[in-house]
Amino acid sequence: MTQLPTQTQKKLGLVIDLDTCVGCHACVISCKGWNTENYGAPLSDQDPYGANPSGTFLNRVHSFEVQPDQGAAQLIHFPKSCLHCEDAPCVTVCPTGASYKRVEDGIVLVNESDCIGCGLCAWACPYGAREMDQAEGVMKKCTLCVDRIYNENLPEVDREPACVRTCPSNARHFGDFADPDSAVSQLVLERGGMDLMPEQGTKPVNKYLPPRPKDQLTQNDEQIDILAPFLEPVATEAKGFLSWLDKTLEKL
Amino acid sequence: MHPAPSVIFFSTFSGLGFGLLGFLGFGMFVPTGWVAFVFFAFAYVLAVGGLISSTFHLGHPERALKAFSQWRSSWLSREAWCAVAALVLMAIYGAGLVFFAQQWTLIGMLGAIASLATVFTTSMIYGQLKTVPRWNTYYTSANFLSLSLAGGALLADQGNLTLILMVVAGAIQLATWLRGDTAFATSGTNMATATGLGSIGTVRAFEPPHTGTNYLLREFVYVIGRKHAQKLRIIALVLMAVLPVILLLLPFSHWLALLAVVSHVAGVLAARWLFFAQAEHVVGLYYGKR
Ligand code: SF4
Ligand code: SF4
Ligand code: SF4
Repeated sequence: MTQLPTQTQKKLGLVIDLDTCVGCHACVISCKGWNTENYGAPLSDQDPYGANPSGTFLNRVHSFEVQPDQGAAQLIHFPKSCLHCEDAPCVTVCPTGASYKRVEDGIVLVNESDCIGCGLCAWACPYGAREMDQAEGVMKKCTLCVDRIYNENLPEVDREPACVRTCPSNARHFGDFADPDSAVSQLVLERGGMDLMPEQGTKPVNKYLPPRPKDQLTQNDEQIDILAPFLEPVATEAKGFLSWLDKTLEKL
Repeated sequence: MHPAPSVIFFSTFSGLGFGLLGFLGFGMFVPTGWVAFVFFAFAYVLAVGGLISSTFHLGHPERALKAFSQWRSSWLSREAWCAVAALVLMAIYGAGLVFFAQQWTLIGMLGAIASLATVFTTSMIYGQLKTVPRWNTYYTSANFLSLSLAGGALLADQGNLTLILMVVAGAIQLATWLRGDTAFATSGTNMATATGLGSIGTVRAFEPPHTGTNYLLREFVYVIGRKHAQKLRIIALVLMAVLPVILLLLPFSHWLALLAVVSHVAGVLAARWLFFAQAEHVVGLYYGKR
């Protein structure tokens, strides 16, 4: 059913911390690893070892350079996957009912056996979160690892999305945004979590934490390292045995 | 946006076919017997041929029937319904004219409305997309509908009405282009809102997520041929409206009329190619492209 639910019981989603993400792409790989062999069709690659490889990914990490009016530019790594929007335009455009938003937890999914591969949902998504799999001809997107988070066969510590589980710098957090006391809601409150493209009216569930202000390098080039005087080289000229060794080795 | 030939052909020819069906249905043009058969057959070849070619770009055309299920929310689904309704009603109306020399006016009217509604729903598939600011306007619907009507009038030999509709369609095409050229800049979506980093400074794409290309870049960031856009626009407008009008003003001959049709179709095809090739999807911003 491609009409959106008026309300969902939970709003599961991710918080992505642009301050701590180091751009390692581990989340991209763990996402592809998990999702190519679990829910739905595999994530195919075309020409993977050839000159022009491409493939289906549900999570991709961009890197942006931001130049403030004054001071040094910042490099910000920017992971992007489906934001499980409350007003998901990708769902309402779908002619077949393959795309839907779950009432129980707000996850946006594609029922692949109903998908005709028309691509319209990917056109409607402003974030580029949907990719048509070239081998299967069906639409693929982030499932929020729906087959992990409720999976009783996994140890409890693993019942979170693969990207969150794998992130080495703790830049990704998973939780329920409908609960104001949840860790993710609190984090968003504390750090001023933001929406991407709010003007598109999609009301994304996933939030991004802006980078914290960076340290400023001092403007004058005077001594800034108070330990520097103690680190002056002590022996400038070698003496005795070392001097002999030095000269001997030089002659060889 | 990637200008998929199947979609360009679909929207051009089915627009023309449904335009012709519209004139037939409204009874502006009432052939009977063999002549009726030829006209209806021609309209159906255009409309159905267009519809079939649109299934070529589906990943799973065998499931196309499922596309009828979501008419409450999806313009694509509504298009499917309108198209079938138009084709069924007009088949009944056509059968009356061809085999019984009867004009069932009410069925014709309903068929004509469904035909034009099909063109409108097609235009709304594009017009609804906020992600493509150039399309996200009622100009898109006006553009599709006016071309369909002008083309239909040309095929249904509507005399002076054809001339008026041609001029109107040409003017709306021009207005659509001019409005479209500023649409992205005025949409309010830019790299600052896309990344949320605009409050820190000027955002520049530094490294893309992948070294090769991907589905998103192939489908949404199509820039080939954009530099020829202005020339192509002039060619499209001349072929689509200017030349047909001149040919129709000349003393009537079947060859000139045929030439006018060919010229019009070629012009609409060129304009439809531009419609896709010039459309910029906001996702390109994440790649620092448009
Ligand atoms: S991010 Fe895109 S695919 Fe995901 S729910 Fe929002 S619009 Fe749909
Ligand atoms: S590609 Fe599949 S999921 Fe997307 S709109 Fe078409 S049918 Fe729906
Ligand atoms: S795994 Fe974590 S640190 Fe690495 S790119 Fe993904 S979000 Fe950033």
